Amino acid sequence: MTRKPQLATTKGGMQSRILGVGGYRPSRVVTNAEIVDRIDSSDEWIRERSGIVSRHVAADDESVIDMSAVAAEKALAHAGVTADQLDCVIVATVTHLWQTPSAAAVLGSRIGATQAAAFDISAACAGFCHALSLASDMVRAGTTEHVLIVGVEKLTDMVDQDDRGTAFLFGDGAGAAVIGRSSTPGIGPVVWGADGSQSEAITQTESWQILRDDPGHKFPTLRMNGQQVFRWAVFQMTPVAQQALDAAGISAADLDAFIPHQANLRIVEAMVKKLALPETVAVARDIVTTGNTSAASIPLAMERMLDSGDAPHGGIALLIGYGAGLSYAAQVVVLP
Amino acid sequence: MATQQEILSGLAEIVNEVAGVPADDVQMDKSFIDDLDIDSLSMVEVVVAAEERFGVKIPDDDVKGLQTVGDAVTYIEKAGS
Repeated sequence: MTRKPQLATTKGGMQSRILGVGGYRPSRVVTNAEIVDRIDSSDEWIRERSGIVSRHVAADDESVIDMSAVAAEKALAHAGVTADQLDCVIVATVTHLWQTPSAAAVLGSRIGATQAAAFDISAACAGFCHALSLASDMVRAGTTEHVLIVGVEKLTDMVDQDDRGTAFLFGDGAGAAVIGRSSTPGIGPVVWGADGSQSEAITQTESWQILRDDPGHKFPTLRMNGQQVFRWAVFQMTPVAQQALDAAGISAADLDAFIPHQANLRIVEAMVKKLALPETVAVARDIVTTGNTSAASIPLAMERMLDSGDAPHGGIALLIGYGAGLSYAAQVVVLP
Repeated sequence: MATQQEILSGLAEIVNEVAGVPADDVQMDKSFIDDLDIDSLSMVEVVVAAEERFGVKIPDDDVKGLQTVGDAVTYIEKAGS
Protein backbone atom coordinates (compact mmCIF):
# COMPACT_ATOMS: atom_id res chain seq x y z
CA MET A 1 0.00 0.00 0.00
CA THR A 2 1.43 3.35 -1.04
CA ARG A 3 0.97 6.41 1.12
CA LYS A 4 -0.36 9.53 -0.51
CA PRO A 5 2.19 12.34 -0.45
CA GLN A 6 1.54 15.06 2.13
CA LEU A 7 1.13 18.62 0.87
CA ALA A 8 3.56 21.33 1.76
CA THR A 9 1.92 24.49 3.12
CA THR A 10 2.75 27.94 4.43
CA LYS A 11 4.41 28.39 7.76
CA GLY A 12 2.03 30.37 9.93
CA GLY A 13 2.11 31.77 13.42
CA MET A 14 3.16 35.32 12.57
CA GLN A 15 1.68 38.46 14.09
CA SER A 16 0.25 41.29 12.00
CA ARG A 17 -0.23 45.02 12.26
CA ILE A 18 -1.22 48.09 10.28
CA LEU A 19 2.04 49.44 8.86
CA GLY A 20 0.63 52.61 7.31
CA VAL A 21 -2.58 54.42 6.45
CA GLY A 22 -3.50 57.00 3.81
CA GLY A 23 -6.61 58.81 2.67
CA TYR A 24 -7.97 60.78 -0.25
CA ARG A 25 -10.79 63.33 -0.13
CA PRO A 26 -11.96 64.82 -3.43
CA SER A 27 -11.24 68.56 -3.68
CA ARG A 28 -14.84 69.67 -4.17
CA VAL A 29 -16.59 70.45 -0.87
CA VAL A 30 -20.38 70.51 -0.88
CA THR A 31 -22.09 72.32 2.01
CA ASN A 32 -25.57 71.60 3.32
CA ALA A 33 -26.76 74.86 1.73
CA GLU A 34 -26.15 73.37 -1.72
CA ILE A 35 -28.34 70.34 -0.97
CA VAL A 36 -31.26 71.59 1.10
CA ASP A 37 -33.47 73.05 -1.62
CA ARG A 38 -33.85 69.80 -3.56
CA ILE A 39 -34.90 67.87 -0.46
CA ASP A 40 -36.93 70.63 1.21
CA SER A 41 -34.65 70.53 4.25
CA SER A 42 -32.41 72.93 6.18
CA ASP A 43 -28.81 73.17 7.34
CA GLU A 44 -30.07 72.99 10.94
CA TRP A 45 -32.13 69.82 10.30
CA ILE A 46 -29.18 68.03 8.66
CA ARG A 47 -26.77 69.02 11.44
CA GLU A 48 -29.18 67.90 14.16
CA ARG A 49 -30.02 64.57 12.52
CA SER A 50 -26.54 63.63 11.30
CA GLY A 51 -23.89 66.08 12.50
CA ILE A 52 -22.87 66.67 8.89
CA VAL A 53 -21.80 70.18 7.88
CA SER A 54 -20.15 69.37 4.54
CA ARG A 55 -18.94 66.46 2.46
CA HIS A 56 -16.44 65.89 -0.36
CA VAL A 57 -17.77 65.00 -3.79
CA ALA A 58 -15.70 63.43 -6.58
CA ALA A 59 -15.53 64.96 -10.04
CA ASP A 60 -17.61 63.31 -12.77
CA ASP A 61 -14.50 61.81 -14.37
CA GLU A 62 -12.91 60.77 -11.05
CA SER A 63 -13.30 57.02 -10.52
CA VAL A 64 -13.05 54.84 -7.43
CA ILE A 65 -9.76 53.59 -8.88
CA ASP A 66 -8.40 57.15 -9.26
CA MET A 67 -9.29 57.89 -5.63
CA SER A 68 -7.93 54.54 -4.41
CA ALA A 69 -4.60 55.10 -6.15
CA VAL A 70 -3.94 58.36 -4.29
CA ALA A 71 -4.87 56.85 -0.92
CA ALA A 72 -2.79 53.74 -1.66
CA GLU A 73 0.35 55.74 -2.54
CA LYS A 74 0.03 57.63 0.77
CA ALA A 75 -0.47 54.42 2.78
CA LEU A 76 2.54 52.79 1.10
CA ALA A 77 4.72 55.85 1.82
CA HIS A 78 3.56 55.88 5.47
CA ALA A 79 4.30 52.16 5.76
CA GLY A 80 7.70 52.43 4.06
CA VAL A 81 6.65 49.67 1.68
CA THR A 82 6.96 49.81 -2.12
CA ALA A 83 4.20 48.66 -4.45
CA ASP A 84 6.29 45.79 -5.80
CA GLN A 85 6.49 44.39 -2.25
CA LEU A 86 2.71 43.93 -2.13
CA ASP A 87 1.52 40.39 -2.60
CA CYS A 88 -2.20 41.12 -2.34
CA VAL A 89 -4.54 44.06 -3.00
CA ILE A 90 -8.07 43.99 -1.55
CA VAL A 91 -10.59 46.70 -2.41
CA ALA A 92 -13.78 47.04 -0.35
CA THR A 93 -16.42 48.99 -2.25
CA VAL A 94 -20.04 48.93 -3.35
CA THR A 95 -19.74 51.78 -5.86
CA HIS A 96 -17.31 50.45 -8.46
CA LEU A 97 -19.80 50.43 -11.30
CA TRP A 98 -18.08 47.66 -13.24
CA GLN A 99 -19.36 44.19 -12.51
CA THR A 100 -16.01 42.96 -13.80
CA PRO A 101 -13.02 43.25 -13.77
CA SER A 102 -12.39 44.05 -10.12
CA ALA A 103 -11.26 47.50 -9.01
CA ALA A 104 -8.40 45.82 -7.14
CA ALA A 105 -6.89 44.26 -10.26
CA VAL A 106 -6.91 47.56 -12.14
CA LEU A 107 -5.68 49.47 -9.07
CA GLY A 108 -2.82 47.00 -8.49
CA SER A 109 -1.59 47.47 -12.02
CA ARG A 110 -1.99 51.26 -11.79
CA ILE A 111 0.21 51.60 -8.69
CA GLY A 112 2.81 49.04 -9.78
CA ALA A 113 1.79 46.14 -7.56
CA THR A 114 2.90 43.69 -10.23
CA GLN A 115 3.43 40.78 -7.84
CA ALA A 116 0.07 41.03 -6.11
CA ALA A 117 -3.12 38.98 -6.19
CA ALA A 118 -6.10 41.31 -6.34
CA PHE A 119 -9.83 41.08 -5.63
CA ASP A 120 -12.78 43.15 -4.41
CA ILE A 121 -15.07 42.45 -1.48
CA SER A 122 -18.62 43.67 -0.90
CA ALA A 123 -19.46 44.41 2.73
CA ALA A 124 -20.64 48.01 2.35
CA CYS A 125 -19.83 50.23 5.33
CA ALA A 126 -18.25 47.24 7.09
CA GLY A 127 -15.95 46.62 4.10
CA PHE A 128 -12.75 48.08 5.54
CA CYS A 129 -12.96 46.02 8.75
CA HIS A 130 -13.69 42.88 6.71
CA ALA A 131 -10.68 43.55 4.47
CA LEU A 132 -8.55 44.23 7.53
CA SER A 133 -9.54 40.88 9.04
CA LEU A 134 -8.78 39.00 5.81
CA ALA A 135 -5.43 40.75 5.38
CA SER A 136 -4.44 40.13 8.98
CA ASP A 137 -5.25 36.42 8.75
CA MET A 138 -3.37 36.12 5.43
CA VAL A 139 -0.27 37.68 6.95
CA ARG A 140 -0.55 35.58 10.11
CA ALA A 141 -0.96 32.38 8.12
CA GLY A 142 2.11 33.19 6.02
CA THR A 143 0.10 33.42 2.79
CA THR A 144 1.16 37.02 2.27
CA GLU A 145 3.73 39.43 3.63
CA HIS A 146 2.32 42.82 2.63
CA VAL A 147 -1.35 43.42 1.84
CA LEU A 148 -2.84 46.69 0.60
CA ILE A 149 -6.45 47.16 1.70
CA VAL A 150 -8.59 50.00 0.37
CA GLY A 151 -12.04 51.19 1.37
CA VAL A 152 -13.37 53.43 -1.38
CA GLU A 153 -16.73 54.81 -2.42
CA LYS A 154 -18.13 57.18 -4.98
CA LEU A 155 -21.52 57.13 -3.31
CA THR A 156 -22.73 60.22 -5.13
CA ASP A 157 -23.05 57.99 -8.23
CA MET A 158 -25.61 55.91 -6.31
CA VAL A 159 -27.48 58.60 -4.36
CA ASP A 160 -30.89 59.92 -5.34
CA GLN A 161 -30.36 63.69 -4.99
CA ASP A 162 -34.09 64.07 -4.32
CA ASP A 163 -34.31 61.48 -1.52
CA ARG A 164 -34.72 63.26 1.82
CA GLY A 165 -33.42 60.26 3.76
CA THR A 166 -30.03 59.90 2.05
CA ALA A 167 -29.19 62.86 -0.24
CA PHE A 168 -27.45 64.77 2.58
CA LEU A 169 -25.76 61.77 4.14
CA PHE A 170 -23.19 60.44 1.74
CA GLY A 171 -19.83 61.61 0.44
CA ASP A 172 -16.99 60.30 -1.70
CA GLY A 173 -13.46 59.28 -0.74
CA ALA A 174 -10.85 56.57 -0.32
CA GLY A 175 -8.87 55.23 2.61
CA ALA A 176 -6.07 52.69 2.40
CA ALA A 177 -3.85 50.74 4.76
CA VAL A 178 -0.89 48.41 4.40
CA ILE A 179 -0.96 45.29 6.57
CA GLY A 180 2.25 43.40 7.29
CA ARG A 181 4.17 41.32 9.80
CA SER A 182 4.74 42.41 13.36
CA SER A 183 6.77 41.19 16.32
CA THR A 184 3.80 41.74 18.65
CA PRO A 185 0.02 41.41 18.09
CA GLY A 186 -1.24 44.52 16.29
CA ILE A 187 -4.69 43.42 15.09
CA GLY A 188 -7.08 41.81 17.56
CA PRO A 189 -9.65 39.08 16.81
CA VAL A 190 -12.49 40.18 14.57
CA VAL A 191 -16.09 40.00 15.78
CA TRP A 192 -18.25 39.91 12.68
CA GLY A 193 -21.51 38.74 11.22
CA ALA A 194 -24.42 39.47 8.93
CA ASP A 195 -28.20 39.58 9.11
CA GLY A 196 -29.71 39.23 5.66
CA SER A 197 -33.21 39.22 7.12
CA GLN A 198 -32.78 43.01 7.42
CA SER A 199 -31.34 43.43 3.92
CA GLU A 200 -34.08 45.88 2.95
CA ALA A 201 -32.93 48.36 5.62
CA ILE A 202 -30.18 49.69 3.32
CA THR A 203 -30.43 48.61 -0.29
CA GLN A 204 -30.13 49.48 -3.94
CA THR A 205 -33.65 50.21 -5.19
CA GLU A 206 -33.54 47.64 -8.00
CA SER A 207 -31.16 45.22 -9.69
CA TRP A 208 -29.14 46.54 -12.64
CA GLN A 209 -31.23 44.11 -14.67
CA ILE A 210 -34.04 46.66 -14.79
CA LEU A 211 -31.90 48.81 -17.10
CA ARG A 212 -31.51 45.91 -19.53
CA ASP A 213 -35.23 45.18 -19.52
CA ASP A 214 -36.23 48.86 -19.67
CA PRO A 215 -33.43 51.13 -20.96
CA GLY A 216 -35.52 54.21 -20.10
CA HIS A 217 -35.74 53.24 -16.41
CA LYS A 218 -34.25 55.52 -13.77
CA PHE A 219 -30.74 54.50 -12.65
CA PRO A 220 -31.01 52.45 -9.42
CA THR A 221 -30.08 54.36 -6.27
CA LEU A 222 -29.65 53.73 -2.54
CA ARG A 223 -32.52 53.66 -0.05
CA MET A 224 -32.28 53.45 3.71
CA ASN A 225 -34.72 53.05 6.57
CA GLY A 226 -33.04 55.50 8.92
CA GLN A 227 -34.89 54.54 12.10
CA GLN A 228 -34.37 50.81 11.55
CA VAL A 229 -30.65 51.32 10.90
CA PHE A 230 -30.31 53.65 13.90
CA ARG A 231 -31.95 51.10 16.19
CA TRP A 232 -29.76 48.27 14.88
CA ALA A 233 -26.56 50.33 15.00
CA VAL A 234 -26.98 51.74 18.49
CA PHE A 235 -28.49 48.75 20.24
CA GLN A 236 -27.04 45.77 18.34
CA MET A 237 -23.65 47.14 17.30
CA THR A 238 -22.57 48.60 20.63
CA PRO A 239 -22.49 45.08 22.16
CA VAL A 240 -20.43 43.95 19.15
CA ALA A 241 -17.93 46.73 19.85
CA GLN A 242 -17.75 45.54 23.46
CA GLN A 243 -17.20 41.95 22.29
CA ALA A 244 -14.26 43.11 20.14
CA LEU A 245 -12.74 44.74 23.22
CA ASP A 246 -13.28 41.57 25.24
CA ALA A 247 -11.82 39.37 22.47
CA ALA A 248 -8.65 41.50 22.46
CA GLY A 249 -8.45 41.48 26.26
CA ILE A 250 -8.73 45.26 26.32
CA SER A 251 -10.96 47.45 28.47
CA ALA A 252 -12.46 50.78 27.40
CA ALA A 253 -10.03 52.57 29.69
CA ASP A 254 -7.07 51.05 27.78
CA LEU A 255 -8.18 52.65 24.52
CA ASP A 256 -6.52 55.69 22.98
CA ALA A 257 -9.10 56.04 20.21
CA PHE A 258 -12.54 54.90 19.11
CA ILE A 259 -12.89 54.94 15.32
CA PRO A 260 -16.36 53.68 14.38
CA HIS A 261 -17.78 53.82 10.87
CA GLN A 262 -18.89 57.41 10.30
CA ALA A 263 -22.54 56.62 9.59
CA ASN A 264 -24.15 59.42 11.56
CA LEU A 265 -22.81 61.52 14.44
CA ARG A 266 -25.87 60.62 16.51
CA ILE A 267 -24.95 56.93 16.28
CA VAL A 268 -21.33 57.71 17.21
CA GLU A 269 -22.40 59.70 20.27
CA ALA A 270 -24.92 57.04 21.36
CA MET A 271 -22.23 54.35 21.09
CA VAL A 272 -19.75 56.42 23.11
CA LYS A 273 -22.38 56.82 25.83
CA LYS A 274 -23.40 53.15 25.88
CA LEU A 275 -19.79 51.92 25.86
CA ALA A 276 -19.08 54.33 28.75
CA LEU A 277 -15.84 55.42 27.10
CA PRO A 278 -13.69 57.57 29.39
CA GLU A 279 -13.01 61.13 28.20
CA THR A 280 -9.38 60.17 27.62
CA VAL A 281 -10.46 58.15 24.55
CA ALA A 282 -10.27 60.21 21.34
CA VAL A 283 -13.44 59.71 19.30
CA ALA A 284 -13.57 59.95 15.49
CA ARG A 285 -16.08 62.60 14.42
CA ASP A 286 -14.79 62.94 10.87
CA ILE A 287 -18.35 62.70 9.51
CA VAL A 288 -18.87 66.40 10.26
CA THR A 289 -16.79 67.50 7.26
CA THR A 290 -16.56 64.24 5.30
CA GLY A 291 -20.10 62.83 5.38
CA ASN A 292 -20.73 59.10 5.36
CA THR A 293 -18.19 57.55 2.98
CA SER A 294 -19.13 53.92 3.72
CA ALA A 295 -16.07 51.64 3.37
CA ALA A 296 -13.70 54.63 3.29
CA SER A 297 -14.82 56.26 6.53
CA ILE A 298 -12.69 54.38 9.07
CA PRO A 299 -9.28 54.71 7.34
CA LEU A 300 -10.08 58.35 6.44
CA ALA A 301 -10.88 59.11 10.08
CA MET A 302 -7.84 57.16 11.28
CA GLU A 303 -5.46 59.09 9.05
CA ARG A 304 -6.94 62.43 10.12
CA MET A 305 -6.74 61.57 13.84
CA LEU A 306 -3.09 60.56 13.48
CA ASP A 307 -2.21 63.66 11.44
CA SER A 308 -3.94 66.01 13.88
CA GLY A 309 -2.40 64.33 16.90
CA ASP A 310 -5.82 63.44 18.32
CA ALA A 311 -4.74 59.79 18.33
CA PRO A 312 -1.15 58.69 19.01
CA HIS A 313 0.97 56.54 16.70
CA GLY A 314 1.23 53.16 18.42
CA GLY A 315 -1.96 53.84 20.36
CA ILE A 316 -4.78 51.30 20.77
CA ALA A 317 -7.95 51.88 18.77
CA LEU A 318 -11.32 50.15 18.58
CA LEU A 319 -12.75 49.94 15.04
CA ILE A 320 -16.27 48.93 14.09
CA GLY A 321 -17.86 48.94 10.65
CA TYR A 322 -21.55 48.23 10.09
CA GLY A 323 -23.95 48.75 7.23
CA ALA A 324 -25.83 47.25 4.32
CA GLY A 325 -26.30 43.51 4.47
CA LEU A 326 -26.82 44.11 7.23
CA SER A 327 -23.18 43.26 7.91
CA TYR A 328 -20.68 44.22 10.57
CA ALA A 329 -17.10 43.69 11.72
CA ALA A 330 -15.16 45.06 14.68
CA GLN A 331 -11.62 44.69 15.97
CA VAL A 332 -9.05 46.37 18.20
CA VAL A 333 -5.84 47.52 16.49
CA VAL A 334 -2.55 49.17 17.28
CA LEU A 335 -2.39 52.41 15.27
CA PRO A 336 0.49 52.75 12.78
CA MET B 1 -48.87 45.02 35.51
CA ALA B 2 -47.75 48.63 35.48
CA THR B 3 -50.49 51.23 35.96
CA GLN B 4 -50.88 54.19 33.59
CA GLN B 5 -49.27 56.42 36.20
CA GLU B 6 -46.30 54.08 36.59
CA ILE B 7 -45.83 53.91 32.82
CA LEU B 8 -46.03 57.71 32.58
CA SER B 9 -43.44 58.30 35.27
CA GLY B 10 -41.20 55.61 33.76
CA LEU B 11 -41.46 57.23 30.35
CA ALA B 12 -40.74 60.63 31.87
CA GLU B 13 -37.51 59.29 33.34
CA ILE B 14 -36.53 57.79 29.99
CA VAL B 15 -37.27 60.99 28.05
CA ASN B 16 -35.25 62.94 30.59
CA GLU B 17 -32.33 60.52 30.26
CA VAL B 18 -32.38 60.44 26.43
CA ALA B 19 -33.13 64.08 25.62
CA GLY B 20 -32.63 66.07 28.81
CA VAL B 21 -36.28 67.13 28.91
CA PRO B 22 -37.43 67.85 32.52
CA ALA B 23 -39.49 64.83 33.67
CA ASP B 24 -42.32 67.12 34.87
CA ASP B 25 -42.85 68.30 31.27
CA VAL B 26 -43.67 64.78 30.13
CA GLN B 27 -47.47 64.77 30.38
CA MET B 28 -50.10 62.65 28.62
CA ASP B 29 -51.20 65.37 26.19
CA LYS B 30 -47.69 66.39 25.11
CA SER B 31 -46.53 65.71 21.55
CA PHE B 32 -43.08 64.09 21.40
CA ILE B 33 -42.04 66.11 18.35
CA ASP B 34 -43.80 69.46 18.82
CA ASP B 35 -43.78 69.86 22.60
CA LEU B 36 -40.84 67.82 23.83
CA ASP B 37 -38.51 68.28 20.81
CA ILE B 38 -37.91 64.51 20.51
CA ASP B 39 -36.89 63.84 16.89
CA SER B 40 -37.23 60.51 15.06
CA LEU B 41 -33.81 59.22 16.19
CA SER B 42 -34.27 60.20 19.85
CA MET B 43 -37.68 58.53 19.63
CA VAL B 44 -35.94 55.25 18.72
CA GLU B 45 -33.82 55.57 21.86
CA VAL B 46 -36.91 56.29 23.97
CA VAL B 47 -38.73 53.32 22.45
CA VAL B 48 -35.91 50.84 23.02
CA ALA B 49 -35.46 52.02 26.61
CA ALA B 50 -39.23 51.63 27.12
CA GLU B 51 -39.12 48.12 25.63
CA GLU B 52 -36.46 47.12 28.13
CA ARG B 53 -38.11 48.78 31.08
CA PHE B 54 -41.66 47.55 30.47
CA GLY B 55 -40.86 44.21 28.81
CA VAL B 56 -42.81 45.00 25.63
CA LYS B 57 -42.02 45.05 21.88
CA ILE B 58 -42.64 48.24 19.89
CA PRO B 59 -41.84 47.60 16.20
CA ASP B 60 -40.54 50.50 14.03
CA ASP B 61 -43.79 50.50 12.05
CA ASP B 62 -45.78 51.23 15.22
CA VAL B 63 -43.45 53.99 16.45
CA LYS B 64 -44.78 56.45 13.86
CA GLY B 65 -48.24 56.14 15.43
CA LEU B 66 -47.00 57.26 18.83
CA GLN B 67 -47.53 61.02 18.46
CA THR B 68 -48.20 61.93 22.08
CA VAL B 69 -46.97 60.68 25.42
CA GLY B 70 -50.52 59.40 25.97
CA ASP B 71 -50.30 57.33 22.75
CA ALA B 72 -47.14 55.68 24.07
CA VAL B 73 -48.57 55.05 27.54
CA THR B 74 -51.68 53.43 26.06
CA TYR B 75 -49.60 51.34 23.64
CA ILE B 76 -47.32 50.07 26.40
CA GLU B 77 -50.29 49.37 28.67
CA LYS B 78 -52.00 47.28 25.95
CA ALA B 79 -48.79 45.56 24.82
CA GLY B 80 -48.02 44.55 28.38
CA SER B 81 -51.45 43.18 29.19
